[in-house]
Amino acid sequence: MERTQRTEAELIASVLKGDTASFEPLIEKYSPRVFGTARRYARRETEVDDIAQEVWLKAFQKLGSFRGDAPFEHWLMRLTLRTCYDFLRAHQRNRESAFSEISEPDSDWLERFVSETDPSRDDAEAARQLIEQLMEKLSPAARLVITLLEIEDRPVKEISKLTGWSVSLVKVRAFRARAEMRKLLAKFAKEKYL
Amino acid sequence: MNLAQLEQKLFAIARRHSPGAQVPYAFEKRIMALIKNCSVVDKATWWARALWRSAAACVALALLLSAVSFFIPEKNTPAFSNDLSQAFEKTLLVAVDQDTEFSR
Repeated sequence: MERTQRTEAELIASVLKGDTASFEPLIEKYSPRVFGTARRYARRETEVDDIAQEVWLKAFQKLGSFRGDAPFEHWLMRLTLRTCYDFLRAHQRNRESAFSEISEPDSDWLERFVSETDPSRDDAEAARQLIEQLMEKLSPAARLVITLLEIEDRPVKEISKLTGWSVSLVKVRAFRARAEMRKLLAKFAKEKYL
Repeated sequence: MNLAQLEQKLFAIARRHSPGAQVPYAFEKRIMALIKNCSVVDKATWWARALWRSAAACVALALLLSAVSFFIPEKNTPAFSNDLSQAFEKTLLVAVDQDTEFSR
């Protein structure tokens, strides 16, 4: 009870002094965010678990480099994203899957999905599977930038801070990522309708 | 098919479906156990490790150079002396020898 009342700065200071038990409340508080982020980049729960574990071990080892001028959460999220990016790069070759694996409610769901303003539940589910597979096929940098920019709707400056890339690099990578995405979509449409 | 429109619709679907933030049971206990197992390394330990590693590299280099000087055949040309110590002594004392010769 006493520990929950201590501020983050106090907890971090006591961890740095050698009281490792003070790290536990930080894990409890921020693990949902770490898991939520990791699930955007890894599909299997074992992979998500590995990422989260690596994030917290790194956070403990690098806690001395946390200056305290920004919130701990921001520092931790940067670390989480970098770990996810490293994970994507390490597992890039294992991510080959065919589009045909997508379960289709019927043959022309994609045409209907594009034209209808309010897609049916089945079509939405098929579309969700399609976007998941497309993301799996993207390069690590493209996947990261598409997730942050288009799905999480974050501004370019924030992405730059999170990733450590310059603003112009984020823009270039976003442009390339969209092009990569359209190329994959065109391939999928071609496979489906030819 | 309009790919740009399809892309935007797919992003919209992905935005609506946010992944869960549930944490496995006793996850923090597992991390704490891992942290306690890996000993906290202070700066002095890091320095000691780095120095030991560099010392090992120096020893390896010294051994390599010794092996090279031992196994490579010496050149018996007149310009080179057979003995390294003699050659070193000659080079070092050449200025003194010249001075004594001039003074005569």
